Amino acid sequence: MIAETGHYALILALAVAIVQTVLPLWGTRTRDPQLTAIAVPAAQVQFLLIAVSFAALMTAYVTSDFSLENVWANSHSAKPLIYKIAGVWGNHEGSMVLWVLILALFGAAVATFGSNLPDELQANVLAVQGSIAAAFLLFIVTTSNPFIRLDPAPLDGQGLNPVLQDPALAFHPPFLYTGYVGFSMAFSFAVAALIDGRIDAAWARWVRPWTLAAWMCLTLGIAMGSWWAYYELGWGGFWFWDPVENASFMPWLAGTALLHSALVMEKRDALKVWTILLAIITFSLSLMGTFLVRSGVLTSVHAFAVDPARGIFILAIMGTFIGGALTLFAIRAPLLAQGGLFAPISREGSLVVNNLLLTTACAAVFVGTLYPLALESLTGEKISVGPPFFNFTFVPLIVPLLVAVPFGPMLAWKRGDLVAAWQRLTAAAALSLLAMVLVLGFQQRGPWLAPFGIGLGIWLIFGALSEIAFRVKLFDGSLGEAWRRLGKLPRSAYGTALAHAGLGIVMIGIVATTAWRSESILALKPKGTTEIAGYQVTFEGVAPREGPNYRERVGVFQVMRGGEEVTTLEPSKREYTVERSSTTEAGIHASWRGDLYAVLGDQLKDGAYSVRLYFNPLVRFIWLGAVVMFIGGALSLSDRRLRIGAPKRAKALGQNLAAAK
Amino acid sequence: MTRKQRRAVLIGTSLAVLALAVGLVLMALRDSIVFFYTPSEVAEKHLDAGQRFRLGGLVESGSLKRGEGTTVSFLVTDKRATLPVTYTGVLPDLFREGQGVVAEGMLSADGVFHADSVLAKHDEKYMPPEVAKKLKEQGVWRGDAQAGTPQGASRVN
Repeated sequence: MIAETGHYALILALAVAIVQTVLPLWGTRTRDPQLTAIAVPAAQVQFLLIAVSFAALMTAYVTSDFSLENVWANSHSAKPLIYKIAGVWGNHEGSMVLWVLILALFGAAVATFGSNLPDELQANVLAVQGSIAAAFLLFIVTTSNPFIRLDPAPLDGQGLNPVLQDPALAFHPPFLYTGYVGFSMAFSFAVAALIDGRIDAAWARWVRPWTLAAWMCLTLGIAMGSWWAYYELGWGGFWFWDPVENASFMPWLAGTALLHSALVMEKRDALKVWTILLAIITFSLSLMGTFLVRSGVLTSVHAFAVDPARGIFILAIMGTFIGGALTLFAIRAPLLAQGGLFAPISREGSLVVNNLLLTTACAAVFVGTLYPLALESLTGEKISVGPPFFNFTFVPLIVPLLVAVPFGPMLAWKRGDLVAAWQRLTAAAALSLLAMVLVLGFQQRGPWLAPFGIGLGIWLIFGALSEIAFRVKLFDGSLGEAWRRLGKLPRSAYGTALAHAGLGIVMIGIVATTAWRSESILALKPKGTTEIAGYQVTFEGVAPREGPNYRERVGVFQVMRGGEEVTTLEPSKREYTVERSSTTEAGIHASWRGDLYAVLGDQLKDGAYSVRLYFNPLVRFIWLGAVVMFIGGALSLSDRRLRIGAPKRAKALGQNLAAAK
Repeated sequence: MTRKQRRAVLIGTSLAVLALAVGLVLMALRDSIVFFYTPSEVAEKHLDAGQRFRLGGLVESGSLKRGEGTTVSFLVTDKRATLPVTYTGVLPDLFREGQGVVAEGMLSADGVFHADSVLAKHDEKYMPPEVAKKLKEQGVWRGDAQAGTPQGASRVN
C-alpha cells in the first residue's frame, strides 16, 4: 500500500509538473494573472508529491520490503540501517527520484521565498523548472520505476555493492545532486529572462544565491567523492581524471565561472549575454554529467544498470533542453541591451580573465572526456585518455588563473590600477617566494615544479588575507580601528577571501601529495619490518574478524617512529557473504605531516603477504581546502545583501520587451 | 581607450587563450592517448616493443603464477590468441582466473606484456566494457546471464 501511494504520488507529480509548465507560460503570454498565479502552488504541490513518493521508497528500504524489485535488487535484511537508508540512492531508480526531489525542492523554494520577484519572472522561472521536472518524472515513470512489485515476493534481497556500503556514500550523492540540480535554477532564470526578453542587474542578484548554493554543494560533493575514492578503493589516489569524475568537475568549472560573471552583471550590468549563455552551459553540463553517468555509456561504480532505452531517453531530454535553450538564446540574445563599459585592467577585466580561463579549461576537460566516446562511435577504435592528457592541457590553462586570483579583488571596478594592486600584494608575493626557496632548498626529490606549486598555494592564501588586510586598512591606522572595521566588513568579503584561500589549501595538498608521495609495494612475512617516510612498519600477522554483514581478514601493522610507538594500522580484506564480493579496506594513520596508508594484498606462496604502503604528505589539505571553500560560500550566502532588500528592477522596464515584439 | 579598442583587446585575449588551448589539446591527443587491444589484435598489428597500450581479455584459467616478491604472471586470452603478462604489485580484489581484465603497460622485446597497472573491477558481475564488446564481436563470450528477476517471480505493475 505504501509503495502504491508512492507510485501514485510520482505519477501525480508528473501531472502537476505539466500543469506547472503549461499554464503559467500561457498566462504570461496572454497576461492572464490567474493562470500565472498557478505556478506557485503547483511548484509547492509538486514538491510535496515527490517528497511523499521518496518517503514511500525509503520506508520500503528501511522495512526491507522485498516485494519491490528495486529493494530486492539493492538491499538485504542484514544490511546496517544507515546503508538501508543510503541504499535508496545507491541505485539508478532511487537516485533519479532523489534527483527530481532536489529539483522540486529548488522550485518550491523559489515559489515560497521568491515573493519579491516580479510575478511574471517568477511564473516563467517556475514553468521552466516544471518542464525539467516533467521530463525527468516521465523518464522515471516510464523507464526507471522504483515501485515495480515482484510476485511472489522473494525472501531476501541481493544486497548492495559492498564498495557503496560506506558512510561517505550516504552524503556524497545528495550533495552532488544538490549541486547539479541547483544549477537548474540559473538555467530556469536564464530561459525565463530570454522568454521575457529583458534582463538587468536585479536579475543577476536573484540568480546569484541559487548559483552560490549549488556551487557550494557541488564543491563538497566532489570533495566527498574524492575522499571516498581515496580510502575505499585502496589506490591511495584522490583524483583519477576518470570520466565520471570529469562529469562532475565540468559543471563545477562552468559554475565557478557563472558565479563570477553574475557578479559582474549584478555590480556593473555588464556581460549580460555571456552570463545567460554560461547559465545555460552550466546546467547543460550537469545534464550531460547525468547522461554520462546514468546511461551506462561509461562503466564505473556509478553505472548501476545498462539499459539502452534509458540512455536514449536521457539523451533526448538533454537534446531538447540544451537545443531549445540555445535556440532561444540565438533568437533573443541580440535583443538584450549592452551593459557598462570597463577598461581591460579592472575588476570586470579580471573576472573576464577568470571566465575565459575557466571555460577554456572546462572545454579541455570536455574534449578529453568525450573524445574516446566520439572516436569509438565514429571509427570503432577504442582508446583511453588518461591523466597525462589532463595534466598537459588542464594544468597550463588553470595555473595562470591561479596566479591572477589575488589580483582580482584588489582591482577597482571600471578602471583598476595594477601597480597599486601589486603593491598591496608584495607581502603575499614575498612570503610565497620565501616558501618556494625554502621548499627548493629542503627538497630532496620530486619534480622541480613542485616548489612553485607550493609557492602558488601560499600566494593564494596570503593574497586572500592581504585583501582583508587592505580592506580594514590594517597598516594605515591603529589596530583598534582596523579591528572595528573587521567587524563591519560585509560577510561576502570574508566569503571571497575564504573561498580563495581554500583554493590555495587545496593546491598545496595536491602538489605535496603528487610530488612527494612515497610508495612501497612489497612481500612481507609476519614479523617482517619495512621502512617508509621515517616510519618503521612491522607486520604482526593476519587475524580474522566478523562484521555485521561481512567477514574480514585483518592485517595488523605496528607503526614506530624514532623508537616510539605511533599506532597500529589494521587494513583488511572484507568478504561480503550476501553479495559474494570482496573489498579492500585501507588502514590509514593521519597526522599533520600526511597520511600513512596501508593496504593488505593477497597471500603469497611462502606465507608472506603482498603489502602496499603509501605516505601521502599533506593529502588532507585537499579536503580541508574544499571545506574552507564551502564555508566561504556559506558565509557569502548569509550576507544580508543577498538575502533581503532585493533590488527594484531597472527603470527601463519593458523597453527591450517592446523592441522584441 | 575607445570601445572598439577595448573590444579588440577582449577578443584578442580570448583568441590567444583559445589558440593555446587548441594547441595543447592537439599535442596531448597525439602523445598521451592509449589504445586498447585484445591479444589477437596485438598479434595482427605487430606492435613495437615499448609502445604503451591497454590489453584486455580473459585471464586464462590455471595460468596465474606467483614469482619473486609481489611479481605475478598470467596469460590473457581472447580465445584466439594469448599473451603472457607480468605485473609487480597488488592485484585488484576481484582479479580472478577465467574473468575479464584490463592491463596497461607495454610489450618487451621477448613478447611479454609488462603491465604497470591492472585495473580493478568494481563488482562480481562487472566485465570491462571494452572487453565485453570485443569478445562479443568475436563471438567468444555472450555476456552474463542477467539477473533480472528472481526465479519464479514475475513483475507486476
